[in-house]
Amino acid sequence: MRVEIAGENALILYFGEETSPAVSAQVQQAVSRIEQAMPELLIDLVPSYASLLVIFDMLACDHLEVRRRLRQCLQGMDNAESGEGRLVTLPAWYDAESGPDLESLAERAKLTPEEVIAIHSSMEYRVYAIGFAPGFAYLGEVDPRIAAPRLSTPRQKVPRGAVAIADRQTAVYPAVSPGGWNLIGLCPTRMFNPDAEPTMPVEVGDRVTFKPISREEFIELGGEL
Amino acid sequence: MSGFNVLQPGLLTLIQDAGRFGHHRIGLTTGGPLDAEAFSWANRLCGNQPGATALEVSIGGLVLEADVATRIVLTGAEMPLKINGVEQSRWHSHKVQPGDKIEVGFAAAGARCYLAVSGGFQITHSFSSAATVTREGIGGIDGQKLQQGAYLHCANTPAAKGYRLADEHQPDYASDVTLRVIQGYQQSAFSTIQKRIFFSSEYKVTDRADRMGFRLEGPEIKPSIDGILSEGICHGAIQVPADGQPIILLNDRQTIGGYPKIGSVIAADTARLTQLMPGASLSFEEISIDQAHNLYCLAQKRFERTEPEAV
Repeated sequence: MRVEIAGENALILYFGEETSPAVSAQVQQAVSRIEQAMPELLIDLVPSYASLLVIFDMLACDHLEVRRRLRQCLQGMDNAESGEGRLVTLPAWYDAESGPDLESLAERAKLTPEEVIAIHSSMEYRVYAIGFAPGFAYLGEVDPRIAAPRLSTPRQKVPRGAVAIADRQTAVYPAVSPGGWNLIGLCPTRMFNPDAEPTMPVEVGDRVTFKPISREEFIELGGEL
Repeated sequence: MSGFNVLQPGLLTLIQDAGRFGHHRIGLTTGGPLDAEAFSWANRLCGNQPGATALEVSIGGLVLEADVATRIVLTGAEMPLKINGVEQSRWHSHKVQPGDKIEVGFAAAGARCYLAVSGGFQITHSFSSAATVTREGIGGIDGQKLQQGAYLHCANTPAAKGYRLADEHQPDYASDVTLRVIQGYQQSAFSTIQKRIFFSSEYKVTDRADRMGFRLEGPEIKPSIDGILSEGICHGAIQVPADGQPIILLNDRQTIGGYPKIGSVIAADTARLTQLMPGASLSFEEISIDQAHNLYCLAQKRFERTEPEAV
């Protein structure tokens, strides 16, 4: 683990230089250890692919004390069994109607849409990071056969629940927004609901799989067209 | 029911408290006042708790009608304050009565003002804060900037105490701005020469400057890497995209991002930065994290020690 200064009240911990399930598990484990060991010094934590930003209270401590406390509470973590995270299943209605890029993505990959669906829904993904917009979870990694570059012209309006692929990442859009990812389906589970507890069905470090459902099931599960 | 009717919302008036903390993990940014010093003084001169909900008025143009007997304070940029057409001083508490018309004109110097009311505005919290972040549609009233016809609830407090801050303690928004920077993040990817350019050159604020970040224009600096794995971005972080023009990330920044960063500006100085208009020039100065901590604690002590006068 490497520690760098980020700002006047922030240090950033690096657990690796590349994305991997093991590194992601370490990030998740560090979050829970730090939250337990030093809540009185924390303002916020930002876990991401291979790093963890620790924002501390400058009236309670300085960076030297934070470094010391971090070292203490993260000791021995490199050897620890990597946490598996929870497994969350998200239903997905894959179709040309729900996923306007499904056919072009299949064509580019020299696969049938059915094969794309089978590949996308057979993988287990990690929640590597949450950001860009509230509730936007970056899931990785997508099978290289169905990886696809972002659209050259982003859409003005991507619907809430859109299941999407960009490079080797996949995501479910938490709200209507502009976006340049390839849309292959719709998920009826809300990824961000301010009125629900918890607000999101996943957190960084969790594992996610997609389960193909029909149009009827999508609507039964509360999906909106 | 008591409060204020919004007759004109101005260009960009936002309901803000100290900000939203502890929710970065679900992608929520902090929001909160861009000029935390002026915001804190507005509340203090009202006798409020620190972080009470107030209005951040950018550029100006706000007109309110009181439906309450209370006291108000305007701090921050040089925007003229009028009550019933009569100009009144800023950094000074004023009594208002039902029917009074309060106008915040356009800025002569600076860009943000804070209007606080005794006891604070009563706004339903979302995610433990009233702070408005329009990009997320969260906080304030319906996640939006203040709209014409809105009603801002607050308590009827005719006997509230009020204070003023002596001129010599008020910040000077006309002075030159030097932003103090702590090197950090990917600073080692910037060569000595690149850093020398950065710390010795003058940069200008462009018109792409908002609550997410201020994009600057000046000599290009180039890191030895193009991008990084997306990582958490702290307040004041200086991101350098491929065009070599620095962007200083502020209260409404995205929580994670993948551009290299040379370090971060201290919050005392981002407060001054956000009072600048497009075209204004600024420069950078390096300080250590220990110096930054000292400055922060000293500023905090100075704030506590400075006694406003009762009016």
